Amino acid sequence: MRFELTPRASISALWRALAPVLAFITAFLIAGLVIWLMGRSPLAAFQVYVTQPLSDPWALQEILVKATPLALIAIGLSYCFRANLWNIGAEGQYVVGAVLGSWIALRTHGTDAGLWVLPAILLAGIIGGALYGLIPAFLKTRFGVNEILTSLMLVYIAQLILDYLVRGPWRDPKGFNFPQSVTFDPAATLPPIFEAGRVHYGFVFALIAVLVTAVILGRTLFGYRLRLSGDAPRAARFAGFNSKTTTLAVFGISGGLAGLAGMSEVTGQIGQLQPSISPGYGFTAITVAFLGRLNPIGILVAALVVSLTFIGGESAQIMLKLPLDLTQAFQGILLLCVLSADALVSNRIRFVVRGGAK
Amino acid sequence: MSSRTIIGALIGAAALALSAGGAAAQQQKLKVGFIYVGPVGDHGWSYQHDVGRKAIEKAFGDKVETTYVESVPEADSERSIEQLARTGHGLIFTTSFGFMEPTLKVAKKYPNIKFEHATGFKRAPNLATYAAKFHEGRYVIGQIAGKMTKSGTIGYVGAFPIPEVVSGINSYFLGAQSVNPNIKLKVVWANSWYDPAKEADAAKALLDQGVDVVAQHTDSPAPLQAAEARGKYGFGQASDMERFAPKAQLTAIVDNWADYYVERTKAVLDGTWKSQDLWGGFDSGMVVMSPFKNMPDDVKKMAEETEAAIKSGKLNPFKCPVIKQDGSEVECKGTGALSDEQVLGMNFYVKGIDDKLPQ
Repeated sequence: MRFELTPRASISALWRALAPVLAFITAFLIAGLVIWLMGRSPLAAFQVYVTQPLSDPWALQEILVKATPLALIAIGLSYCFRANLWNIGAEGQYVVGAVLGSWIALRTHGTDAGLWVLPAILLAGIIGGALYGLIPAFLKTRFGVNEILTSLMLVYIAQLILDYLVRGPWRDPKGFNFPQSVTFDPAATLPPIFEAGRVHYGFVFALIAVLVTAVILGRTLFGYRLRLSGDAPRAARFAGFNSKTTTLAVFGISGGLAGLAGMSEVTGQIGQLQPSISPGYGFTAITVAFLGRLNPIGILVAALVVSLTFIGGESAQIMLKLPLDLTQAFQGILLLCVLSADALVSNRIRFVVRGGAK
Repeated sequence: MSSRTIIGALIGAAALALSAGGAAAQQQKLKVGFIYVGPVGDHGWSYQHDVGRKAIEKAFGDKVETTYVESVPEADSERSIEQLARTGHGLIFTTSFGFMEPTLKVAKKYPNIKFEHATGFKRAPNLATYAAKFHEGRYVIGQIAGKMTKSGTIGYVGAFPIPEVVSGINSYFLGAQSVNPNIKLKVVWANSWYDPAKEADAAKALLDQGVDVVAQHTDSPAPLQAAEARGKYGFGQASDMERFAPKAQLTAIVDNWADYYVERTKAVLDGTWKSQDLWGGFDSGMVVMSPFKNMPDDVKKMAEETEAAIKSGKLNPFKCPVIKQDGSEVECKGTGALSDEQVLGMNFYVKGIDDKLPQ
């Protein structure tokens, strides 16, 4: 006997809304079982993982900090994914954006350059990310090169460029030769939204990106074009939509937002360039984009949820001495449950007995 | 905008929570927290810090409680450190160079909590630094390698070309050269502190090039295991790795943080803790050689004598003159040897290393 998934003729809106909720409950039940098997209390774990971070202002703030780059990048990726284009290289676009912007920060370091510095840095971040994103788009439209491969490979190039810069020309001369740049001047630092807080204006950028994207996708011809070229590429061509310009546009937007995320993180959070400026945000954002079903609001929620699992996982290590592996396993379980729930809402399981008619 | 007011309220409440966290630190039981850059199961760097953590628990029993957070990415560590500060920890060890700026930021925010940062150079009244002179051990293993090699070419798997690693490579090479003037050294960079697959590949690349003794400055036993599989020699890193390569391990440079951690915890309990900078070598017991094995008696004797000479201060791996690759002599800023600052900021290869330092 085996099973087969067949698409449902009509998809219930109620189930579609309930699916993520059920997925969460299932994921927590599975994780709870694992924790129980480890001889710990699943209730205490739930308390530390979810209840505490959500009721503690400091942790809530940290969730926003962590969700900022994830949301920004994932929003950008949703443009590509909607058009059925696979930008796997957001991590690289994030890095190049941060590098180009930091160039301005380092050039103006120690001078009393005025208020223009920060906007210039952020703009350079967007441009750097966008240009880097356009490379795989150009290779695809001009030569038909697979964008999955090129965008991914470009990640390693970007990381090594950053690595070269912080070990070589951009190394802090007073830093004992350690690989890091000087710490940025206040004029080149993205301020926190509220004094002494950790949430910086990057989060505002993320909110703007969410709103603008919601408008673009829902109310503009460009949004319609994206949906159409993703869902029905032939129809899009018949309608006269040029797939090449679409490819270039979505990679540019996606790269630009990743670059902005990188620049916000460096100027708002880290405060200097280091050999590594991301714990893999560009890759985690792919998960976030799909968890949010490529919907802008959904992505914002997904970014917050994924951050919650990070923060909660850390609390679990500190408060309950639960290992990090459990957090990572839980993130995997959660993603599997959400994807399975989605698949089950739009498909029906059929059991097929061996030898039976197809 | 309403989200602005909500966030404002959150941050106001956060300030309250901060002061509550400070108060909790005054409790009787001292909570000691650790931030590790790798997994505790790396059997190298982080593992060895965890051995130190367990020593604290053993030494003080129920007077202390210890916590660790493992595999913390350096660029994203500020929150993890602050988590420890907020959960009533009175003493916090952050055990990788990359945690320097975040530790400094959190230390400024929590003046009543004591911080200890490994291998960094930025200090504050409540932030001490500590590191170990691993290059002393590397001089000893360099001599062993110089004696044990048959091919005349020895190898080194480095993590990143930062001064700590570069000074280790130089010390290793100077040791080898002191017993074998024609020795050749090949270096491969793994570009990771902990990545067993990459580390093993790096070691295999060296072995393929005729290297028969592999030293490593990465944290897993993988390079040593690669040497074992080919019937060649290697050295344990950070902890005694004999059980992973009983035939290949000649000795290991063991990081012994336990005594220091116990001492500093005691200082906090006694109220005598002060910010300081400690750079300990063989003499302080922070660097220890594991038993010398798989080598002839004369090599063993030589290694023991060198270890004793470094320990007593008679021998310094970087005794002047130190000659750079381009033939120029390094200015001697210490007494008869390079100064600590020169070793801590080393970014050149010594003469005789036939390779280019990535800059």
